[in-house]
Amino acid sequence: MSAAERILSRAVAEITPGSIVNLGIGLPTQVMHYLPDDYDVQIHSENGILGAWKQAAPALMDPFLIDAAGAYVSLREGASLFDSAVSFAMIRRARLDLTMIGAFEVDAHGNLANWKIPGKFSPGIGGAMELAQKTQRIVVLTTHTDKHGRPKILETCRLPLTAKACVSRIISDLAVIDVTDQGLVVREKLMEISDADLQAKTEAELIFASGGNSA
Amino acid sequence: MKKNRTLEQAIAAIPSGAVVMVGGFGNPGTPFSLINELQRQGQTDLTLIKNDANEPGHGVSQLIENGQVRKLITTHIGLNKGVIDSMNRGDVEVVFHPQGMLAEKIRTAGAGSFGFLTDIGIDSEITRPEDLLDWQGQTYKVEMALSADFALIHAAQADWLGNLVYQGSAINFSPLMAMAANHVIVETPDLGAPGRFKPEQVHTPGAFVDSVVALESLNSDYGILEHHVRR
Repeated sequence: MSAAERILSRAVAEITPGSIVNLGIGLPTQVMHYLPDDYDVQIHSENGILGAWKQAAPALMDPFLIDAAGAYVSLREGASLFDSAVSFAMIRRARLDLTMIGAFEVDAHGNLANWKIPGKFSPGIGGAMELAQKTQRIVVLTTHTDKHGRPKILETCRLPLTAKACVSRIISDLAVIDVTDQGLVVREKLMEISDADLQAKTEAELIFASGGNSA
Repeated sequence: MKKNRTLEQAIAAIPSGAVVMVGGFGNPGTPFSLINELQRQGQTDLTLIKNDANEPGHGVSQLIENGQVRKLITTHIGLNKGVIDSMNRGDVEVVFHPQGMLAEKIRTAGAGSFGFLTDIGIDSEITRPEDLLDWQGQTYKVEMALSADFALIHAAQADWLGNLVYQGSAINFSPLMAMAANHVIVETPDLGAPGRFKPEQVHTPGAFVDSVVALESLNSDYGILEHHVRR
């Protein structure tokens, strides 16, 4: 399995039946393709959809119906469509159970940075700030290190924050890590890797729960 | 009163220097025909308010590429490297808001109010100290309403009183902008006589609409973008 496949196939288990879930642009939107077709979930897309579903069949693709990532989605039975003010009212009123979101950096305090790299990348905030600040549970999906091999899980984020102390869980291509009051606790490993090697790829100090190796 | 206008008449109402809201999130809801006419007529020094910058060569991106835009108020332009480059060169000023804050600022203006209190981004770098308000023991961020001189809107269906119905994910900012702008110009491929809609189906009541332009057909701008189709 590729790093992305390891993250996605583990991430799908985070979606509990009956929940309302927003899948951020990038890796998180691909989680949808790992869900069974009849799975009981309502996917929220911030451009104004509750009940978005997998890409429509070619003959049924509607150029006037996309999700926030631009995909030509279909709609579940019971879906609703609404304007952007209603969509974000839903977010700010904490009606979403779970948001999965990407990260440039995430840290031991659950701080998230995913919208701006000063001087290099500044495409705008989009819906990230409100989703991160107001969703009941935030799960970050990210490669454990960046393309240069540098840790993305830090003691303290250095980039401008999207939201403070918002992240509950981090799913990387190597491990499932929970943000707790005690620090970052490794719950599962997603491939064979020693505690020492995992720690070496992580700037923040990790707490290893006993018997945590599920790989 | 009939609000039917030709494309040329409707867009000629817009002077250079105007503040113009443009509906659409990505392609759905983007009024490409109104934008193309605005490009043809060549008004300059425009301030645009739109969720995104469309994609290179399409929609508001054309106006930016054509040098007609002084300032863009938006939420995310990640799908348009050309506009990011224009921003970085200083050719166009870009102001970013969180997406729901942009929507709510427009909704607030559309409701005739002047601002609202929020906690979104209150401890982030998008908030300046002068934006904060202490009120009854709590600290809030003040977000001011955002209005405009004009709004350009695409409706799936309309009648000549200006009653509008939107389609799919093309609702997005359109009903909010239709309320927040002083002069609202609508394009639709399906314009009919009053009485065609059940009254409770109308999304935007005609009171907010000034001109309606009937489109004979939708050109390829409105079609499927192949690079967004997952194979």
